[in-house]
Amino acid sequence: MQPVAPSLRRKPTVMSLLARFAWLPLCFVLVGCHIDMYDQPKYRPNRPSDFFEDGRSMRPPVENTVAMGSFEADSALFTGRLNGELAVDLPMELTADLLERGQTRYEAFCAPCHGLAGDGNGVIAYRGPLQVPTLHNDRLRTVAIGYYFDVITNGINRMYSYAHRIPPEDRWAVAAYVRALQLSQNVDADTLTAEERALLGGP
Amino acid sequence: MSAQIFSRNANAILLVSIAAIVLLIVGIISALIGLYLSPWYTGVGDAIEQPVPFSHKHHVDQLMIDCRYCHSTVERVAHAGIPSTDTCMSCHSQIWTNSPLLQPVRDSYQTGEPVLWNRVYDLPDFVYFNHSVHVAKGIGCASCHGRIDQQHLTAKAQPLYMGWCLGCHRAPEEHIRPRDEVFNMAYEPQMMPIADRLALVQEYQIPVDGRLTHCYTCHR
Repeated sequence: MQPVAPSLRRKPTVMSLLARFAWLPLCFVLVGCHIDMYDQPKYRPNRPSDFFEDGRSMRPPVENTVAMGSFEADSALFTGRLNGELAVDLPMELTADLLERGQTRYEAFCAPCHGLAGDGNGVIAYRGPLQVPTLHNDRLRTVAIGYYFDVITNGINRMYSYAHRIPPEDRWAVAAYVRALQLSQNVDADTLTAEERALLGGP
Repeated sequence: MSAQIFSRNANAILLVSIAAIVLLIVGIISALIGLYLSPWYTGVGDAIEQPVPFSHKHHVDQLMIDCRYCHSTVERVAHAGIPSTDTCMSCHSQIWTNSPLLQPVRDSYQTGEPVLWNRVYDLPDFVYFNHSVHVAKGIGCASCHGRIDQQHLTAKAQPLYMGWCLGCHRAPEEHIRPRDEVFNMAYEPQMMPIADRLALVQEYQIPVDGRLTHCYTCHR
C-alpha cells in the first residue's frame, strides 16, 4: 500500500472529536442503572423492618384496640349475643346467597376438622389423634344460633378462635349453613317429595 | 497501472464479514433474551429455602385444605396474607405436635416472635398488584402460581415480567374462569368454550376498552 500524502489526511475538527467520544456520556447513563425504585424504602405487607425492635413492619395493634366500624358491644352482629344471651335469630336476612357463602366458608375453614357433612370426620381429625364432636346431636340442633357465632369467634376446647380469619358477617353465614347441614342429616324422609327421595338413592 | 489496493478475494471477505457481524449481533441479542427468560436468571422452579419445609402438595393436594384457610385475606385485600403462627397452630397444636420440623412454629407461638419466611414472589415496589380484584374477576390462583398444589417446596411458577401481565390484561378471555373455580387448582380456562369465556368477561364487568393496559392500572 502506498502511504497517503499528508495533504490528503483530514485535520480532526471539533465536531469529529466530539463524535469520537460520544460514547462517554453513555457510561454515565449506565452508571445510573440501579434498583432503588425496585426496592423502595417503604413498608409493604410482611416486610421486615430494622426500625422496630421486633423486626416487624406490620405493627400489632395496641391491646384492646377496636377498629372503627368493626365492633359494637351491644350488637348481635358482632357479639353473637343480645342482652347477654346468645342470639336466637340471625342478625341478617336468611337468603340462598347467604347459605352459599356459608357453605364456601364452612368448607374452607371448618371442614378440615368437622368434615364436609359436619359429622366430625374431617381430614385433620382423620390424620391426628383428634376426636371431633359431630354437629348432629340434639344439644347442637337446639342450641341458639348465636352459639355457633360465639364458638367461631372465641374458640372452644381445642378449637382455636377463627375471628381474625372469618369476618363477623361470614361467621353468621357459617352458622346459618351449619343449621342447613343439621337439617340435611336429620329430616324425616316422609316429609320429602318423591323427587327428593329419588335423589337420596334409597328405596 | 497502479497496484490494486485490495486483493481479488477482498469481495468475498467483505461479504463473509458482513454476514458474520450480522449473525453475531443477532446471536448476542437472542442469547441475552434467552438468558433473560431462562430459569437460571428468573429463578422459576427454584425452591426457596424456608425455616420450615412447608409443603403445599401435602396440605392442598393430599389434605385438600382450601387456599383460604391460610391465605384468608385473598378475597378481601391486596395481599393474600402469609398465615400467622396462630393459623399453623390451629391444626398443629393437635397433630404433628412433636415434629422437630415444626419447632420454629412452636417457638414462635410461645415467644410471639414471627417465623421469618423467605419471599418467593418479589414484585418491584412500583407495581401494585391486588389479589382480591383478580380473584373477584375470575382469575384462578393457578394462573399465576401454577400447580402449587403439586409443589413440595414453594417455587416461583412465573417470572412475573410485565409482558406476561399484559398478555392477560390485553386478552382476559384467555385466562378467565367461573368464580367458583378460582380455587380449583386442576381447572384449566380452556375447558370452557371461548364464547362462554367472553360472556364471563362481560358478566364480571372486566373493562375491554383498553383501560387494563394503561400504566396507572398497575403503576402509581
